[in-house]
Amino acid sequence: MEHATPDAIKKHVRTYVIVFVSLMALTVVTVAISYLHLDVAAAVIVAMFIATIKGALVASYFMHLISEKRLIFMALVLTFIFFVALMALPLLGQHDTIG
Amino acid sequence: MQHTATEGYHAGAVHHEQGFLKTYVFSQDHKTIGLQYMMTALLFLFFGFTLMLLMRWQLAYPGKAIPGEAFALTPGVLGLAALLIGVVSKRKLAALVGVVFLGIAALVWYLVSDETLFPEGVMVPELYNSFGAMHGTIMVFLGVVPLAVGAFGNYVVPLQVGAPDMAFPKLNMASYWSYFFGGVVMLSSFFLPGGAANSGWTSYPPLANIATVGQTVWLFGMVLLITSSLLGSVNFIVTIVQLRANGLTFMRLPFFVWAQFVTSFLLLLAFPPLEAAGILQLMDRLAGTSFFLPSGLVISGQQLGVSGGGSPLLWQHLFWFLAHPEVYVLILPAMGIVAEVIANNTRKPLWGYKSIVYATIFLGFMSFIVWAHHMFMTGMGTVISTFFQTTTMIISIPSVIILTALVISLYGGSIRFTVPMLFALAFLPMFGIGGLTGLPLGLAPTDIHLHDTYYVIGHFHYVVAPGTIFALFAGLYYWYPKVTGRMMSERLGRIHFWGSFVCMNGIFFPMLIQGLAGVSRRLYDGGAQYSHAQGVLQWNEVMSISAFALAVFQVPFLINFFWSIKKGKKVESDNPWDATTLEWQTPTPPPHGNFTSLPEVFRGPYEYSMPGSSRDFTPQNVR
Amino acid sequence: MQIPFTVAARPDTGLHNAKLGVWLFLASEVMLFGALFSSYILLRVAAPEWPHGSALLNVPLATVNTIILISSSVTMVMSWASLMLKDFSKYRRYMGLTILCGLLFLVVKGFEYGAKFSHGILPSEDLFYATYFTLTGLHGLHVVGGIIVNFYFWGPGSRMWKTEPQRFTNRVEVAGLYWHFVDLVWIFLFPTLYLL
Repeated sequence: MEHATPDAIKKHVRTYVIVFVSLMALTVVTVAISYLHLDVAAAVIVAMFIATIKGALVASYFMHLISEKRLIFMALVLTFIFFVALMALPLLGQHDTIG
Repeated sequence: MQHTATEGYHAGAVHHEQGFLKTYVFSQDHKTIGLQYMMTALLFLFFGFTLMLLMRWQLAYPGKAIPGEAFALTPGVLGLAALLIGVVSKRKLAALVGVVFLGIAALVWYLVSDETLFPEGVMVPELYNSFGAMHGTIMVFLGVVPLAVGAFGNYVVPLQVGAPDMAFPKLNMASYWSYFFGGVVMLSSFFLPGGAANSGWTSYPPLANIATVGQTVWLFGMVLLITSSLLGSVNFIVTIVQLRANGLTFMRLPFFVWAQFVTSFLLLLAFPPLEAAGILQLMDRLAGTSFFLPSGLVISGQQLGVSGGGSPLLWQHLFWFLAHPEVYVLILPAMGIVAEVIANNTRKPLWGYKSIVYATIFLGFMSFIVWAHHMFMTGMGTVISTFFQTTTMIISIPSVIILTALVISLYGGSIRFTVPMLFALAFLPMFGIGGLTGLPLGLAPTDIHLHDTYYVIGHFHYVVAPGTIFALFAGLYYWYPKVTGRMMSERLGRIHFWGSFVCMNGIFFPMLIQGLAGVSRRLYDGGAQYSHAQGVLQWNEVMSISAFALAVFQVPFLINFFWSIKKGKKVESDNPWDATTLEWQTPTPPPHGNFTSLPEVFRGPYEYSMPGSSRDFTPQNVR
Repeated sequence: MQIPFTVAARPDTGLHNAKLGVWLFLASEVMLFGALFSSYILLRVAAPEWPHGSALLNVPLATVNTIILISSSVTMVMSWASLMLKDFSKYRRYMGLTILCGLLFLVVKGFEYGAKFSHGILPSEDLFYATYFTLTGLHGLHVVGGIIVNFYFWGPGSRMWKTEPQRFTNRVEVAGLYWHFVDLVWIFLFPTLYLL
């Protein structure tokens, strides 16, 4: 990254603008869908799906994760696994009780 | 190859005269910071131990007046002696230690003389609970981890990877001060109305939510300690990944560095949920929310005026998500130290280095998904219970691999029974007992009987006390000559070792017996009022006497530690143990910047007794 | 005494120290906010009833805030790109805009909170509001932290551009990573609290 040429940076800038526009559009979409008042399960899935896309765009392009070194990516994958465990297992515990 | 690596690196020179404050107080040098951590942690350990000694009087002799003078005079006399020695011989460190010991004596005296806390010299249950909660908190968060990671990790890791310092020296300094202030905040809670936190080191709601103001201060203290830990763990990981010397591949790292590496990941990823939980509990206590308070809660006949809807179990999940990996944070650096000492004192490479490394990595990963084995009694169904029992059984495998490899490493070795080696050797069976006693706790059917009994206390103390703390003693005796240029006295060391070894078993083995008989933990009278406990109550006195004796056997260590700084036998070389790892290939003590020129590594970490070599060891940086 | 790889990347990892450091820090932040998200989910799933965010909270205002924060993310990355193109005045403009957007976000938040407080609605009201205030409050604190850091790099810290431009660019990149993360958290927080 440090040795990127001015042309490469200008290409990045173009990408940033495209990502910005996409993020705006997705924001509008997600708010619009909320006015449809879907049932909770569907609403959650749709909202989280859109948020994940937006998040992925920010992470991949603004944070350059898409071209980042493997080491960083692996650390994040590991984190994600533990985050899922923290989310899923207590939920399972709430669901699976005696009596 | 890597010509940019040094980037204007200057060999060992201090370019500017730094004042006293910048050199000794606000230092950014990892070695100074490591020593700061060490002194602070040892003092907290001593204080936490003192709390336990007060508790153990109560347990051995419930209802009998405590000889407050004896408990206050012991640290008082030691403190006065240290202060006088410090003032007379102009040694600031001795004077500082003396002042702290006197402070502890004063605090003990203040507490013991308080008629509301010790009516007729008998500790009230609330104070017992407070001591119990603070003993645990102080030992784990202010004592052992700062010593194992903050002190040993900080001092040794940059040296062992061949780096001039940690990756982020300013951040390192911030970590230490955050820890220091966290500790001060924690201790200040003793002076608040209602006293210090008294809801266990586990701080379970609803009790912790409604507890006295000391609990809020505990939470703030924890936030500072967690911050210190997070900053430190980032520093360790970046240092180990980025600052390894040329030729030092991951599989050539001393196991001590691997242990600190995995430990740092545990701290990095497991602490934040506890921080989140702390924030939620602070909101509950200060803003009146009900994150952890269920609806319809009645306290002392009164309905609690909160919105309700919260879950006490949520706290338990968040707490144990940290606290389980935390126990591996307690043990891994210790295993790292033991590995170094064993390799060095058997004069042969560690057996199964690769297995130990992979086992450690696997252990680190598994440690994140076993936490609810601390929650088997919360009404879990069979699915989730089975999941956690399974992962818990699986995690015992890498522990056994590591222990076995360390034991096999002794086979065929030329064993030198130095003091560090005595502690390292004792670690093996003690950790074995600690680990084995964990198995019935990790299986739900047996845990039903043993949960929250003295068996649990016996189990974890075996791992932490004659386990981790012994390893830390090994490390102190082992690395002392590198820091001070002098050896500690072998004779005093042997007295310290044998006394501690016998006494620790005297304290913690009977706990297993009492626990099996069903004696609950956290009882201020040690079970005296329960019929099922009557048959095992006599062990209380045995344990308490062992505890007081253990305190006595630390005195040779204290004397040895301070006396040897100036009067110990001077080392004859920079590498008095004839060790292979990089920290021994530096001047004594290592200067600012550590190495006169950054080392190049050509070998693995334990090239002892290599065939064809003229000496029985070859340092890593020898071609 | 110089620490290696503070500016130049280490060949085998391809990273300079602060970049690895900040990603690790962000990993810990994922666990922090992740724990709060998990708590929210657990509490909501267990609750017999839970209000819709849109019924109680100001969605249009929060949408505006979302747009503000995303915009600040763009200006942040543009400020870094300007440094890469060696355009210091453009950097200052973009960084200034980022700080402004951050402050604007907080002002809007202030309005939101103020509106609730003036109606006597506090975190203690019920679990919905407890979660709303705590999650957005902690996020807001992170915004404050980011603004302070960004202001330092816009102001006094920017002197480093003259003496060590590469190191300064690295620092801005690292500050940017943190700022994007704060935006990322809001991208999930917004629909979760306001739209569901």
